[in-house]
Amino acid sequence: MSAAPADREGRWAWRLTRFMTVCVYIFMFAPILATIVLSFNASRFGGFPMTGFSLHWYGVLWQNAAVVTAFKTSLWIAIVTAVVTTIVGVLTALALVRFDFRGKEALGTLVILPALVPETILGVGLLILIKSIDQPRTLTILILGHILLALPYVVLIAQARMISVRRVYEEAAMSMGASRFSTFREVTLPLLVPAVAAGALLAFTISFDNTSASLFWRPAGVETMPTQILAMLKTSISPEVNALGTVMIVMTVGIPLLGGAIASALGQMNRRKSREDAR
Amino acid sequence: MARTATRWCNGLPRFDRSSRSAKAAMATRPADIRPTRGWRLYDPRLAWLLLAPATLLIVCFLILPILVMAVYTFFTFITAGVEQSTPTLANWHEFLTDPYYHGFLFKTLRVGVVTSLICGVVGYFPAYFIWSTEFKHKWLLLLLLIVPFWISFTIRTFSWIHILGEEGLINVALLRLGLIDQPLQMLYTEGAVIMGMVHFLLPYMILNVYVSLENIDRTLISAARSMGCTNAQAFREVTLPLSLPGLAAGLLLCFVLAAGSYVTPQILGSGRDALFGNLIYDTIMGQLNWPMGATLSIVLFLVLGSVAALYTRYMGMSQIVKGLGG
Repeated sequence: MSAAPADREGRWAWRLTRFMTVCVYIFMFAPILATIVLSFNASRFGGFPMTGFSLHWYGVLWQNAAVVTAFKTSLWIAIVTAVVTTIVGVLTALALVRFDFRGKEALGTLVILPALVPETILGVGLLILIKSIDQPRTLTILILGHILLALPYVVLIAQARMISVRRVYEEAAMSMGASRFSTFREVTLPLLVPAVAAGALLAFTISFDNTSASLFWRPAGVETMPTQILAMLKTSISPEVNALGTVMIVMTVGIPLLGGAIASALGQMNRRKSREDAR
Repeated sequence: MARTATRWCNGLPRFDRSSRSAKAAMATRPADIRPTRGWRLYDPRLAWLLLAPATLLIVCFLILPILVMAVYTFFTFITAGVEQSTPTLANWHEFLTDPYYHGFLFKTLRVGVVTSLICGVVGYFPAYFIWSTEFKHKWLLLLLLIVPFWISFTIRTFSWIHILGEEGLINVALLRLGLIDQPLQMLYTEGAVIMGMVHFLLPYMILNVYVSLENIDRTLISAARSMGCTNAQAFREVTLPLSLPGLAAGLLLCFVLAAGSYVTPQILGSGRDALFGNLIYDTIMGQLNWPMGATLSIVLFLVLGSVAALYTRYMGMSQIVKGLGG
């Protein structure tokens, strides 16, 4: 080929791209896989080499009261955060997409601000505010803080979906006499279900996973799961931490994947059914 | 409830096309619909009511704290945990004159820049690959980029100890092969901190670049090709420039998140690799010097804020929003 030199350049570039992509994916997952593999290590130490297969450390973990308590605390905080953030986020997105009012643009920016300000600063700021009005750190404040951190993401997801839902559906329902609330319940909300589910899941994960800000905000003596892991890492990396990590990975990756699979299976079933109905 | 939902979802398109009453409804002008007496359909008052919870939360938990923090920088530090509201410039004076703090700030900015540049260079390849591949299960590659977001950040960070540590994969493998006699010191170095940050920031970067690549009109590339560009030229002249907004948004996001980080240096770094976030944490939680902690926080806020402001000035806000939404 006459265009050979330049095309050869393109081919090499493509090869390099493919190679780098494979490397990036290995880079992303190798440490995580190492943690999972090492959690089954029979050795007393948390590192390589493997000395045998054992579930011993999972048993030890189960007996560890501090871990179980931290897990329950985090779970509760995350559930409350997910529910409240989703409600607030959907209302906010509704206002930002459907309504026209002065200061709309400024509010749109304001709402995503918590995602742009570093957590350390948010953490210190709230702590100083609490201190300056002589309030103790409470679980409520920690949860409200988590809601603040998750809100931008939920709003963005709900907004993106709401833009694609045409407002004529709602207007049609209302012009036929449906009240605002039943229009929202019967028309808007069902159409938003994917965004609501995705938002709730994300809010749950953000809260369950939050470390930096929680270190500042948690009440004295309360440990969430990430702060508990941090505390356990202070001494040394034990096989117990690996087992804990694996349990968390299986939970936080498994649940959304399973949820997504079920949702898409149900969706397919529904689509098939409605196609049959149409016939 | 769930049944209603499915009925509406499935029913709407048909309802839209065929139902006569629906057509009649669409003929009605929105202004004529008044579901609540005394309120217009899209009444601004209602919008503010819907926005109230979010606004209240952000004002009380974000705006107000930053303002109070700014005031706190002028308080007088007495002893650990005790301060007076006598106004003083001592904290600012200390920050501006003590090279100890400048060193921290400089190192933090350097680590942030290095991290985001590595993310940009390394992250561009997978983003481009996913965009241009004809692989059938492209969604799987994208899903794999989102999966790390679900795994606890703390776990992802400490898992590097298994790779870089003295009993880590690399050292054990090299020792077994007889290439080294002593384990290499890779953990608890600045390199390990940067690597941990790259690990956690890469998905952000890849998704940002990918989103901007997806927005490119592919006919532009075909046009360039048909006019005699080679693939490489088409990339340089068309694809790369058009993907720059995504790359820039990714760089900003990575820089801000890296420079504000606290946990990664804590887990993967030694005392010498502490960043500005660790300094703030120690000043407040360790020394209980709240006014100085507030000063340092405000400094970090101003520095990162001005970088972000510079960015939005030239690129606008929309690209960041796109990146955050995935």
